[in-house]
Amino acid sequence: MSRLDLSGIDPRRKRTDRLARAALAGVAFLSVALLVALVGTLVVKGAPHVTKTFLTSYPSRFPSRAGALPAIVGTLLLGAVSMAAALPIGIAAAIYLQEFARANRVTTLLRASIGNLAGVPSVVFGILGLALFVRALMLGKSILAAGLTLGLLTLPIIIVVCEEALKTVPRSMREAAFALGASRWQVVRHHVLPYALPGMLTGSILALSRSMGETAPLILIGAAVYIGYMPGGLMDSFTALPIQAYYWAQDARTAFHDLAWAAVLVLLVLVALGNLTAILLRDRYQRRYKW
Amino acid sequence: MLFLFLSASVAAVATVGIFLTLVLNGLDFFREVSIWEFLFGTTWAPDFFPRQFGSVPLLKGTFLIGIGASLIGVPIGIGTAIYLSEFAHDRVRRVVKPAIELLAGIPSIIFGIVAIFVISPLLQDWFGAPVFNAANATIMLGVMVIPIITTLAEDALRAVPREIREGSYALGATKWETTWRSVVPSASSGITAATLLGFSRAIGETMVVTLAAGLVPTMSLSFLEPTQTITAFIANRAAGDLPTGSVEYLSIFAVGTVLFLITFVINVIAQYVLARQRRRFG
Repeated sequence: MSRLDLSGIDPRRKRTDRLARAALAGVAFLSVALLVALVGTLVVKGAPHVTKTFLTSYPSRFPSRAGALPAIVGTLLLGAVSMAAALPIGIAAAIYLQEFARANRVTTLLRASIGNLAGVPSVVFGILGLALFVRALMLGKSILAAGLTLGLLTLPIIIVVCEEALKTVPRSMREAAFALGASRWQVVRHHVLPYALPGMLTGSILALSRSMGETAPLILIGAAVYIGYMPGGLMDSFTALPIQAYYWAQDARTAFHDLAWAAVLVLLVLVALGNLTAILLRDRYQRRYKW
Repeated sequence: MLFLFLSASVAAVATVGIFLTLVLNGLDFFREVSIWEFLFGTTWAPDFFPRQFGSVPLLKGTFLIGIGASLIGVPIGIGTAIYLSEFAHDRVRRVVKPAIELLAGIPSIIFGIVAIFVISPLLQDWFGAPVFNAANATIMLGVMVIPIITTLAEDALRAVPREIREGSYALGATKWETTWRSVVPSASSGITAATLLGFSRAIGETMVVTLAAGLVPTMSLSFLEPTQTITAFIANRAAGDLPTGSVEYLSIFAVGTVLFLITFVINVIAQYVLARQRRRFG
């Protein structure tokens, strides 16, 4: 960007220009400062309480003995179940919309409903999960019911990022394959998917992070307050880090508030690890393919 | 191929499923409570006898906090977007942009915990506010909506063609005059959509309001008093074990329908506005 020559301009207009620039920089700096302050607070308040006992114990009535082990395992299991449910469907939907769908009313409708679903508040997904998975399909307050609900919640995100990944593969790749007589499916399978895969992976990790951080749907599904055993099967009742933090934060005894800070710090680390991996992967593959 | 199509239809089926679940159970609710009372009643008291289900206090809480959060988040979000798109050096962008993305990825429960254990004590000290109050949640939600507004508004600003800026410079405008009088108006529909989606996000958010706003449905418009939103009522009510078919169970669906419809309408308007912007600049 070349510098504007402002030498002949009314000094008042120049001053306004400088003021506006400074004010906007201040606002942008504020956004970053907020993030730093937030993470800093979390580390300061939570880190002293993330002890070995905390990471390896079950919840307890005594704050000094209480731990988040079942919650950590629960969060990881929920992430795995939701991705197992949402990834195949999300990727298939993206391939359909990007590579096969014709521009007609059905496609418009499908796209509109994906856009709409992305904007539905997460607590409403919880209501659906409660009525559909927990009660109508009688899955109970299980990891499976909660995982499916979270899967549905992350589905629009997965579809959108996978479509973006498919879009980055240049047309010429497809056309070259078609010219050699490949069928549409062969083109997708052998020439589009391999290049779009890293992008899809990146997006999926972001979706995983999102599903591990959700709280409201789990409250609706009926996550348990205290789990005194390790969840093993899909039909077991469960708790998760955000839920555990939520109940600890509401406890009248302040010692439990420290545990809530510790729980959200561990949650933030899990989520941030996911996001960081995604960002690093993206950078790495962006450099590998230069179209 | 069929599998691909069916997968793509899941979102549509889910949308219909959500709507039917809400409406069918909501209709059961209105067998026991009059629609008139629900829509215009100003007392929400599901636990007292006689029970009262006037949803206006919940709507008040929802909009009070949603509008308040937007008043905080929109100027910061749009200001950041303008700075990133028009003024920032590449080096600054490379720091600010990921920071905003990371902020977007922070789970809402974390904002809730910060609201109740950090913001609330400050407000108690400074303004003599009670522990639970609308301002706790409003301030935190204001921060939460910054990323979504920044990202969408920046996309809109970047889509404004270079010629518009160059035309303005050619007429002797300064950088700021160009930004404020040419670029921002050209991106106005995208910025409007960003604002709408930020607001929709704020009224749909649950954990911050459940933890920090106080769970008291009132008609007060004060930010320094406890209040309850639709989402907070749903989360709080569902935390217990509700018998299927009871009025308490069904009330979740009734207010859920209202929340769904509000966010649905806002999102549809936002999508429409965005589509218009895209048609304009390709």
